[in-house]
Amino acid sequence: MNALHVQVKGIGLCSPHLADFHALRGLLAGELPAVATTRAHASALSPNERRRAPQSVLVAIEAASQAVAMSGYAASGLACVFASAYGDQATTDYMCNLLARAPTELSPTRFHNSVHNAAAGYWTIATDCRASSSATCAGNASFGAGLLEAAVLACADHRPVLLVCSDDAGVGPLGELIGSTQFFGCALVLSPGTDTGIQLRLAVTASAPRHPPLPADCLAWMHSNPAAAALPLLAMLATGAGDCVLGATQLLGLHAQVETKA
Amino acid sequence: MRVTSLPLAVTAYTATSALGLGLNAHLDALCQQRSGLRPNDFSSMPLPCWIGRVDGVEDVALPAAQAQWDCRNNRLAWLGLRQDDFLDHVHAARERYGAMRVALLLGTSTASIGATEEGYRRLEAGRLPADLRRRDIHTPHSLTAFVAAGLGIGGPCLTVSTACSSSAKVFASAERLIRLGLVDAAVVGGVDSLCDSTLFGFNALELVSPQPCRPFDAARRGISIGEAAGFALLERAHAQPQAPLQLLGCGESSDAHHMSTPDPSGVGAELALRDMFDRAGIDASRVSYINLHGTASQKNDAMEAALVARLFPAATRVSSTKGLTGHTLGAAGIVEAVITLLALREGFVPGNAGVIEPDPLCSAHFAWRNETRPLQVALSHSFGFGGSNACLAFARARQAA
Repeated sequence: MNALHVQVKGIGLCSPHLADFHALRGLLAGELPAVATTRAHASALSPNERRRAPQSVLVAIEAASQAVAMSGYAASGLACVFASAYGDQATTDYMCNLLARAPTELSPTRFHNSVHNAAAGYWTIATDCRASSSATCAGNASFGAGLLEAAVLACADHRPVLLVCSDDAGVGPLGELIGSTQFFGCALVLSPGTDTGIQLRLAVTASAPRHPPLPADCLAWMHSNPAAAALPLLAMLATGAGDCVLGATQLLGLHAQVETKA
Repeated sequence: MRVTSLPLAVTAYTATSALGLGLNAHLDALCQQRSGLRPNDFSSMPLPCWIGRVDGVEDVALPAAQAQWDCRNNRLAWLGLRQDDFLDHVHAARERYGAMRVALLLGTSTASIGATEEGYRRLEAGRLPADLRRRDIHTPHSLTAFVAAGLGIGGPCLTVSTACSSSAKVFASAERLIRLGLVDAAVVGGVDSLCDSTLFGFNALELVSPQPCRPFDAARRGISIGEAAGFALLERAHAQPQAPLQLLGCGESSDAHHMSTPDPSGVGAELALRDMFDRAGIDASRVSYINLHGTASQKNDAMEAALVARLFPAATRVSSTKGLTGHTLGAAGIVEAVITLLALREGFVPGNAGVIEPDPLCSAHFAWRNETRPLQVALSHSFGFGGSNACLAFARARQAA
């Protein structure tokens, strides 16, 4: 299959132990992870929107803001892809609980927060972005499939693209079944390949997912949230080189190679 | 940088909705202007409204190998896939190109949330009941994962879930994958099924009409929710030169306005249209017909009527067909793409069903009744929650750029 070449212009990261991409660099250099925090800042949102937005949206927007700030692009002009395996699990749990006993008491705000494109909606409103926005999922392969969608968009339309992949911690009976136990959000700003900076080459492959060794903390986080499947690639971006295979579907892999050009 | 769409042949397409199973049922209902709406007999508790329910979904059996995905939404998907020889067309494409060279891109807003709702109604000691303790159905990817397995698709698979634009945006994703040469064909479409979440959710937003919905009527009172499944097979036009219908291009944009109401100025919707015009290499003067989003909500219809009056020449005919199907949410994009393709194929403009007294905002573009006329280029509009907009342009092949 044809390979896609993009440049990684911005990187964002938001989890209980990693407040940003810099924190991942520190961890990979042997520093201890930070004491866990429970809430994402998402300062891109107005105070009013931040009150209305659920935690899943705050995580996505915090990661997105970091990546866009690093990229130097204006958020208002960036096409965006928001990937998430489960969307807002807390809202789903709230709605299913309420629908089971008093469906006419459903909150209209909680309902509009339940759409899978809630983060994309809040983001485009907050940044006055009228470019195309999407919200995607692909089960445990949501990061790889979202990365493919975003890289294809960047290469096909010759434009920079913001990819955000995030999932929240689950709650209630649904959370118990799914087993996502802590939030994780990450974001990349991709632009069509140039000759400098961090280069990412992507190609679809029949190979199974594989990655270079990672710190034990990273491996544990990968089991605690589907979006943390991004960690092998984020670690490669932190060191500026490497290759791995991410899951793109149940059957298909996405071969990712990173190199840095001066 | 200007981007030109790759024209794609629509080599197969099908829809299943309250109007019936497959293309002939839809054509018949459109010609008769026969609505599929009925008084709500679905929700777990009473809600006085009208719905577009598909008969027989409950009796559909999934293939045994895909039993873990069994739920109403996937039964509706399987019912829809078995119409109009669609499975045979996909099989032929897989043989032609190889399973890994065919992508699957499906839109849905709620996927199999109905199964999660049912689980919460029947909790066993605080846990989902044993028969519903299946991770595969409690995820928005449930539909696409099931269809990928059922069709034996080996290429990229993605669920697009952008509310009511979901199954229109999948056409844009497919076009990019094929244009870049990552695949040779794509199955696109979408499925949404009736569930409490959307019935009571839109009710909470005071957007559900107590009557059958009346898009663009002066006295419209909101939407009627429906369910549907629809699919299309897309390939490079030059690889299928005999295919009579083509996708000319797609346009996408965001409103950046509000989570649950459209920008009344229509700026976002207009950006999606202009994006599509640029990519397809056409302008408004080429458009014979537009199947409108036309939900019968106050704000959408006012915005969209003004958009039509502002941008299109008098010769362009427009209508909403949601008075027949109901608003099928994440499936609306594909159902209305299929209706648009049928209109092109048959040379007719479906009437804007459900109207008693047209809104004075509506210009002379509106076709209140069916009209027979040859169509060359026809559009489908989809505008969703979160301000997610998509416009599709289809054409008869001899008119393709």
